[in-house]
Amino acid sequence: MTPLLDVRDLQVAFRTGPMLARRDVLGVAGVSFRLHPGETFALVGESGSGKTTLARAINGLQPISAGSVHFDGQRIDRLGRAAMKPLRKVMSMMFQDPVGSLSPRMTVRDLVTEPFRIHGVRAELAAETTRLLALVGLNDSFADRFAHQLSGGQARRVGVARAIALNPRLVIADEPTAGLDVSVQGEVLNLLNDLRERLGLSMVIITHNLHVVHHVADRMAVMYLGRFVETGQTDAVFRAPAHPYTAALLSANPEPDPDKARERIALPAEVPSLLARPAGCEFHTRCPWAQARCRTEAPEMRPHGDRHLACHFPLAPGARPPERDIPT
Amino acid sequence: MTVLAIRGLNVSFATEGGDLHALRDVAFDVPARRIVGIVGESGCGKSTLINAILGLLADNGRITGGQIVFEGQDLTRADAAQMRALRGPRISTVFQDPMGALNPVLSVGRQMRNIQYRSSLGRAARDARSAEMLQKVRIPDPEAALSRYPHEFSGGMKQRIAIAMALMMEPALLIADEPTTALDATLEVATIELLRDLQDQIGCSVLFISHHLGVIAELCDDVVVMYAGEVVERGTVRQVFRTPRHPYTARLLECDPARQSGRTRHLPVIPGDLPDLRNRPGGCIFAARCDRRGEACAAPQTEREPAPGHRARCILAEAT
Ligand SMILES: Nc1ncnc2c1ncn2[C@@H]1O[C@H](COP(=O)(O)OP(=O)(O)OP(=O)(O)O)[C@@H](O)[C@H]1O
Ligand SMILES: Nc1ncnc2c1ncn2[C@@H]1O[C@H](COP(=O)(O)OP(=O)(O)OP(=O)(O)O)[C@@H](O)[C@H]1O
Ligand SMILES: [Mg+2]
Ligand SMILES: [Mg+2]
Repeated sequence: MTPLLDVRDLQVAFRTGPMLARRDVLGVAGVSFRLHPGETFALVGESGSGKTTLARAINGLQPISAGSVHFDGQRIDRLGRAAMKPLRKVMSMMFQDPVGSLSPRMTVRDLVTEPFRIHGVRAELAAETTRLLALVGLNDSFADRFAHQLSGGQARRVGVARAIALNPRLVIADEPTAGLDVSVQGEVLNLLNDLRERLGLSMVIITHNLHVVHHVADRMAVMYLGRFVETGQTDAVFRAPAHPYTAALLSANPEPDPDKARERIALPAEVPSLLARPAGCEFHTRCPWAQARCRTEAPEMRPHGDRHLACHFPLAPGARPPERDIPT
Repeated sequence: MTVLAIRGLNVSFATEGGDLHALRDVAFDVPARRIVGIVGESGCGKSTLINAILGLLADNGRITGGQIVFEGQDLTRADAAQMRALRGPRISTVFQDPMGALNPVLSVGRQMRNIQYRSSLGRAARDARSAEMLQKVRIPDPEAALSRYPHEFSGGMKQRIAIAMALMMEPALLIADEPTTALDATLEVATIELLRDLQDQIGCSVLFISHHLGVIAELCDDVVVMYAGEVVERGTVRQVFRTPRHPYTARLLECDPARQSGRTRHLPVIPGDLPDLRNRPGGCIFAARCDRRGEACAAPQTEREPAPGHRARCILAEAT
């Protein structure tokens, strides 16, 4: 089966730094994965690890500096704006910033019907407005409001309605439920899941909510400093994280129980800068399990049991950090 | 001592289809040195409440009744100049969208220096203080970060910078509207701990809005549950999360994906919609969606106090 999306060794470079010492840094430093029709793939990882940049690069909104992106067998990373346009109809993006990504001068009606106008799709726009708003749990009275008259969660729902307006085959959703209460979050995720079941929709979902990942994603990837450090089936990764960063991330997940005992794996605060990537394994500066080899030799992403992993010393299930001073 | 007391607060927005009654008779306290969480459905009025406290309601919004008493002063009567003097030094904020706090055309260092305009420190000392704050919120290379512009940081990094800026002024009250939604779990937990530490160090109070019930459970002392512009339940986190007395709270807690033990693709939801705030129902605000409603629910509900300090606006919460 041809994968719907095939990303190979993708890199994105940014020019950054102080005026006189501008240089390139890699926001995404070589990432590969495949997504099959109907599959849901979650991207999790540190804030600043390159998730949004990766999503934008796949969608052609961010030029890539190396690697390739294939959609349905066709190479799309070199396509110009015009050639990309019809693809945006089948490959839609939900942006991280809900209010900022909606034009303030447009009403909700204009916003949810804009995809039809951009792509010249003929439709009964009044009926489509009602249908789409109902799908995301907003009644018709919202149609005449402007974006700034919506709550954060309402703006998010309008973003969802826009993304699914033209029945895309792939949705790349950047934090689709941030800012939603748990009930509306459930509605949005159930809606995306219905579309997956009915239309075979594939999804790349970026979220910091690990509880959400656990329920909706088939497979997941954990990013750190622009690279994948662990990928695998979601339940397997949750059951026994093998990369120390994954283990720390899963152990941090806040639980809604004020009395729950928490066995957290604490990480030192210092997040490395892209301008000064650590030598060896890039996580070694914060890894409670780091050993001499980790400081000098960078681990490759390779198969490890039921998943792929970039770590010299994969964790055994349930491993606790050794009792010693955290290396700095 | 109470730092902030909200009493019978009502707020309306003028809209095309008539007045939208966004807050109705909202009342609760933020005691000194406590962290109070607010939870509730998207659109229930959390941001409106904060904007009312800050005197920053949208042009079409208006306080139609009630009091907002901050350190003894009723803010609903304060003029624009008095509010400007309070915002920042005494009441500081971190919003859902960090770009609201950051100016895209100024470097981060410049903005952080500007905030310290009242400080007697020299420029180098202010920059050092800025870098120290950035370090506390885990921005890599804090000194170098000062010369960068907001767009050069990721969403989560911008949010942490906004937090650093709000904390720099050592306010009496910190209002945080979903400050951790953009952060990964390790940073979220670190931010919670950071907020706790800061609250402890400078002895401020915190009003903390989040949809993440786990974060509320870990961070907050008290919690206020809102629905459609009303406070339906309040109490300590333990009281409300352990023994919810309002059916809305109980349903909300059940919907948390963190509480689903088995893996499921169909997450629980509360069927039905928020009522139209332009035509509020006369009786219990949640009745239309409540599976435990009875005849009494058609009449307006008062707050009951089933346990000391634990209040719920529901007839079922009557002490038994
Ligand atoms: N236009 C830009 N110029 C320079 N650096 C950038 C630019 N955009 C992003 N970066 C950097 O690239 C890295 C990845 O950013 P990105 O927004 O992709 O992170 P993210 O994983 O989506 O984080 P978050 O979870 O906080 O949204 C960050 O270090 C960020 O500072
Ligand atoms: N300027 C405005 N004009 C008209 N209605 C408004 C305006 N601002 C907010 N509203 C409405 O008032 C209600 C409360 O909005 P508010 O932003 O306070 O909700 P919220 O609880 O912060 O929601 P969220 O969790 O989604 O951020 C919503 O129904 C919203 O649509
Ligand atoms: Mg992002
Ligand atoms: Mg809000």
